[in-house]
Amino acid sequence: MKLKNDWPKYYKKDVVSHYCPGCGHGIVHRIVAELLEEMQVGERAICVNPAGCAVLAYLYFDIDMLESAHGRGTAMATGIKRARPDLFVFTYQGDGDLSAIGTAETIHSANRGEHITVIFINNAVYGMTGGQMAPTTLIGQETTTSPLGRNPALEGYPLHITDLVATFRGVIYAERVSLDGPAGVTRTKKAIRNAFQTQIDGLGYSIVEILSACPTNWKMSPVDSFSWIKNEMTREYTPGVLTDKRGDKK
Amino acid sequence: MAQKTGKCTVMVKSESCKGCSLCIEFCKSGKLVLSDKLNKMGYRYAEPVEDTACTGCMICTSICPDLVIEVYDE
Ligand SMILES: Cc1ncc(C[n+]2csc(CCOP(=O)(O)OP(=O)(O)O)c2C)c(N)n1
Ligand code: SF4
Ligand code: SF4
Ligand code: SF4
Repeated sequence: MKLKNDWPKYYKKDVVSHYCPGCGHGIVHRIVAELLEEMQVGERAICVNPAGCAVLAYLYFDIDMLESAHGRGTAMATGIKRARPDLFVFTYQGDGDLSAIGTAETIHSANRGEHITVIFINNAVYGMTGGQMAPTTLIGQETTTSPLGRNPALEGYPLHITDLVATFRGVIYAERVSLDGPAGVTRTKKAIRNAFQTQIDGLGYSIVEILSACPTNWKMSPVDSFSWIKNEMTREYTPGVLTDKRGDKK
Repeated sequence: MAQKTGKCTVMVKSESCKGCSLCIEFCKSGKLVLSDKLNKMGYRYAEPVEDTACTGCMICTSICPDLVIEVYDE
C-alpha cells in the first residue's frame, strides 16, 4: 500500500488546528504549504500573519513567520523584502485586516509595486471577533452589526479592493477565485502558483483573493456555506484574472 | 479506520476529524459517511463504508480543511 497524498513538508504534522469545522482557512493553508514545497521556496519563505482567525497560522506552517499589527501586513512585508530581496515574502490576510483597518497599507504597497505576494481571504465578515460586518459584506447580508442586513444607504457597498489594486501599474498579477468545491480548490492552487511565480521571477506585486467559507459566522453548515459562495458571493465578486502584466515585464 | 473494496484504500484519522462533511458531499462514489459515534473532540467523524469502491480520485483529500484523510494505492 502506497500513500498517495504525502504530508506537505512545510505544514506541521498532526496538529489539530483551531479553525472551525469546514473553515476555508484550513484548505488555503494546505494549498500554500504544498506550493512552498512544489515551487522550492519554503527554505527562504517568510509569511506575515494578520490579526484575524489566521493569527495562529504560525502554529501550522513550518516556515519563518512574523505577526503584524492589524492590517499592517504589507507594510511589514515591504520592509522585509526591501532589506532581504533574496527572501520569498508573502502576507496572509483576511478582509477585515486587509480591506478595513489596513486599507492604506494595502493600497500603497500595491501602488508602489512591492515585490511581495498577498493571500487575501475574503469571507465577507470579521470572523475572529464574532461575525461583524466587514467592508466586503454583501448587500442584505445579516451580521452581528447589520442584523437587518447590510443596507447600502447606511453602510455603503461591498468594497472590491482587489479590482481596485488591479488597476495600479505596480500590480503585476491579481486574480479572484471562489473556494466553493473541488474545482475551486484546483483554481485556487493555480492562482496562488501564478502569484508566487510572479515574485520568484522578480516581476513585482501579486495578489490572490479567495472567496472562502466562514460557516460559524454565516450560521450555515459547511456544505451550505460552499453553496452560498457559489450562488451568492460570486454574484458580487466575479472570479477571474483581474490583471496579468507578466508579459509586459519580461 | 480503513475500508478496502475498490482500487484504493481511504482512511480517516477519526480523532482529528471535525465532521464538516465536505468530503462526504463531494465524494462522487459515496464512499464516505458520517459515523454515529463521536470522537474525543465531540464531533461525529467521517468514515468509509464497506462494499463501495474508492477510485482514488483525491477529491476528499483536496477539500478536507484538516488534512485528516489518507488515500493509499492498493
Ligand atoms: C488594532 C486592532 N483593532 C482591532 C482588533 C480586533 N480584531 C481582531 S481580528 C479582527 C477582524 C478580523 O477579520 P478578518 O480580517 O476578516 O479575518 P477573519 O477572522 O475573518 O479570518 C478585529 C477587528 C485588533 N486585533 N487590533
Ligand atoms: S470564525 Fe469563521 S474564519 Fe474563523 S475559524 Fe471559524 S469558520 Fe474560520
Ligand atoms: S479518493 Fe475519491 S473516491 Fe476515494 S473516498 Fe476520496 S473522494 Fe471518494
Ligand atoms: S472533510 Fe476532513 S474534517 Fe471534514 S468530515 Fe471529511 S475528513 Fe472530517
